[in-house]
Amino acid sequence: MTYIRPNFRHPELPVNELGYTRKNYEGALSTLCAGCGHDSISAAIVQACFEMSIEPHNVAKLSGIGCSSKTPTYFLGNSHGFNSVHGRMPSVATGANLANRDMIYVGVSGDGDTASIGMGQFTHAVRRNLNMMYVVENNGCYGLTKGQDSATADVGSISKKGEPNPFEPIDLVSVALQLGATFVARSFSGDREQLVPLIKAAISHRGFAFIDVISPCVTFNNNPGSTKGYSHVREHLAATGTVDYVPFKNEITTSYRDGESKEVTLHDGSVVHLHKADPELNISSRRSALRLIKDYKAKDQILTGLLFMDENSQDLHEVVGTSKTPLRSLGESELCPGQKVLDKLNESLR
Amino acid sequence: MKQITAVNDFVIKFANVNGTGSASANNMFAKSLFRMGLPVSPKNIFPSNIQGLPTWYEVRVSDKGYLGRRGGVDMMVCVNPQSMAKDVKEVEPGGYFLYDSSKPLDLRLVRNDINYIGIPLKDICQREYKDPRQQQLFRNVIYVGALSALLDIEFEVLTNLVADLFRGKEKLITPNVHALELGYHYAKEHFQCPLGIRVERRDAVGDQILIDGNTAASLGAIYGGATVAAWYPITPSTSVVDGFEKYCKRLRIDPGSGHKNYAIVQAEDELAAIGMVIGASWNGARAFTATSGPGISLMSEFLGLAYFAEIPTVLIDVQRAGPSTGMPTRTQQSDILACAYASHGDTKHVLLFPATPKECFDMTAEAFDLAETLQTPVIMLTDLDLGMNDNMSEPLRWDDKRHYRRGKVLNEEQLENMNERFGRYLDVDGDGIPYRTYPGTHPTKGSFFTRGTSRDEYAVYTEDSEAYEQNMQRLLLKWETAKIEVPAPELIQAGKDGSAVGVIHFGTSRDSTLEAIDMLAAEGVAVDSLRIRAFPFCKDVDDFIDSHDTVFVIEQNRDGQLRTLLVNECEVSPKQLLPILNYGGMPITARFIRDKIAAVAKGDNVTPMRKKSAGKEK
Repeated sequence: MTYIRPNFRHPELPVNELGYTRKNYEGALSTLCAGCGHDSISAAIVQACFEMSIEPHNVAKLSGIGCSSKTPTYFLGNSHGFNSVHGRMPSVATGANLANRDMIYVGVSGDGDTASIGMGQFTHAVRRNLNMMYVVENNGCYGLTKGQDSATADVGSISKKGEPNPFEPIDLVSVALQLGATFVARSFSGDREQLVPLIKAAISHRGFAFIDVISPCVTFNNNPGSTKGYSHVREHLAATGTVDYVPFKNEITTSYRDGESKEVTLHDGSVVHLHKADPELNISSRRSALRLIKDYKAKDQILTGLLFMDENSQDLHEVVGTSKTPLRSLGESELCPGQKVLDKLNESLR
Repeated sequence: MKQITAVNDFVIKFANVNGTGSASANNMFAKSLFRMGLPVSPKNIFPSNIQGLPTWYEVRVSDKGYLGRRGGVDMMVCVNPQSMAKDVKEVEPGGYFLYDSSKPLDLRLVRNDINYIGIPLKDICQREYKDPRQQQLFRNVIYVGALSALLDIEFEVLTNLVADLFRGKEKLITPNVHALELGYHYAKEHFQCPLGIRVERRDAVGDQILIDGNTAASLGAIYGGATVAAWYPITPSTSVVDGFEKYCKRLRIDPGSGHKNYAIVQAEDELAAIGMVIGASWNGARAFTATSGPGISLMSEFLGLAYFAEIPTVLIDVQRAGPSTGMPTRTQQSDILACAYASHGDTKHVLLFPATPKECFDMTAEAFDLAETLQTPVIMLTDLDLGMNDNMSEPLRWDDKRHYRRGKVLNEEQLENMNERFGRYLDVDGDGIPYRTYPGTHPTKGSFFTRGTSRDEYAVYTEDSEAYEQNMQRLLLKWETAKIEVPAPELIQAGKDGSAVGVIHFGTSRDSTLEAIDMLAAEGVAVDSLRIRAFPFCKDVDDFIDSHDTVFVIEQNRDGQLRTLLVNECEVSPKQLLPILNYGGMPITARFIRDKIAAVAKGDNVTPMRKKSAGKEK
């Protein structure tokens, strides 16, 4: 964004419950293009984690390769980060999560990283209901290699070269819904009001929380005719609802808009208030979400907001019955059976 | 007619049909000899299909303790008409051919230099059993009973074995013993028992055990403290993780809560399997995967990441015949180069070469210590022969005083007391190995970014040439440190002063090589042997090559991959290293090695291997 960021911060910046200011949640200076949607997403993650009073070092941030995958450097500087290989972040996240179930796992990926080279790993992370937040920063193109169409580029969308994309896009939200993801949302990088509460809810969700964020590429895919450029997305947004995230410990009253609302309790006890703009959406029904996504698409609109959530989600550890103590914390005495057991075993092999 | 005569020294081969339950009968045969105190070396020779095609089981009996393949067959037990023509040819002159005489033998199969033993297995079964499945299953048990009479196997040993095998399924004991008796009595009545080849009770086994290498490796992972296993099924490595799961269920369930102190993930592919191992290791757990050649190809990109980002990674590669799908159920040692230099760019990986199940156990446990000490991938290379066959082995031992070496990991307290800036890739101790921290250790200190792109000593991304080169040099320094850490080679000198001729070998070629050396010694040719147990090669390897005029390198692949590695990594002349190569998918035999060495060492009128390959060599 900008190469100059003053070290100076207002001495009386607001602090959260941990006594941290927002500065504690920031990362290195971004080297992405000025105006990149990804930087807004990083800022939303910073804001969400600050407001949730998460210990930054309790978060592991993982990514693959691509512009999006560079972003974990730009938030939560006190967290361990892992910039793995192209498309294979889900497996690294799975391993990390298996080793220590007590941390918060934030995965950031791009549309190339997830919908092409990493499609297999993405689908299997969904299938295993790995406890993590998985954000796709979706701009429909390959920014690092100068703007080739990605698998999420809409058919007919015009690239910087001026050529319309001949292929149908992969809609990651629909894919995630069909594969059984237990938390599915879509948002727009420029809509922080919607995105921040979604991130909070996704982090609190026990299981795979997927957020597809349309995040325009200002350099290679922000031209007229592109369906993932700022102007197109702004003009074609349709929110299914506004989400308010209410932390469990510190319940606050939120202002309600007119219309229906539903309270959903997350596993950590916190509450998500959903204000439905479209009464058609049943937040507990995959079918309803899938149908609405299609309906809105037919109207040339992009449906955003929380689309589906399974309140009874069980994450991978719960499904397979792993020890409550993180596996990495088990000691030799719990792991090594000793010579006596070997003696018996040797005896049985004679 | 001549009859081969031998006590406790012969090769017997069974020719069966895949899927007929012969494996357990054949196992019973091998184990009964083992329980009579005789060293045995059984090998499954099976096709890559589900059922119906020929499958063989070869057992070598040797009270001198030779466990490699000798070559040749003294007795063939042929229960498969489909392969009979081929099987009959394999029998050594004077040998024995046991067949099912329910149908008359095809005259084209009759050789006048071998001895035929016809037992109407099918007829006996049809008379005794009504159920077709029983007719098939007991046919195998009947020939084991007949062999008991023909070879003088103690019948009581067999009945005890049946009792052990079917403990918990007692109903099956009586019919199995009955089938053994049917065979035994038929042989006693119709043939002169025992034959020229026979067994006698010995005490040549001591406290050794019979176990396959994959099971031993899975126990090594248990004892080594692995908590995460991620894998994708592939022959012949599948039973490593199967074994791990079996023993985890027995040994790793928390008694209070019933929770699992382990996690096993059957991944969607090999790429994901190794990714999970890397993620788990990065986050402080001991994790491993097991695969075979095609899996190594798929895992290569991630292995490069683990090397460059310095993440402990343990991989067990049970080699099979390549390239590509090759012969999936046949054995080779042909992943050496693919593993040593897996991935693009300048990479090298630590390799371990076990030769016995005990070493599979020891080296798997050791692999975790090495990987964490060196912060790098460690690949243990076994093969199908060792991994899937029952091998005689020293019993497995664990020193209860032993502690895991978790390597250089800074804990919260150490970070708290640190005043200087933490440098993830800083060579503090001068051994090339930096310090790491597990994610989530300290609120403000010790976090870093792991990446496959170039970075400076503080893990900050940089493409600065100097910083990159410095990092690559440090990795080489770490490689030097690895030479001290890895298992040393095993040297066996011919005499006090040694010989001018040496052989270098590794892994499963050991047994046949040592036997070939004994054969040569009996013929007056002295040969020193060095068994390499790890890569990087330590100084002993250079010294061994330097101190011998001729060094044979014995391996089970076409291109002499270990030899290439030796030429690449040691300061030696390629001319000095003569390859002895077996790569047909069957384990190398002692006779083959003996003949190759003798041809050169004794100056026989055979094209020396050096000349033969000279054109290709340079």
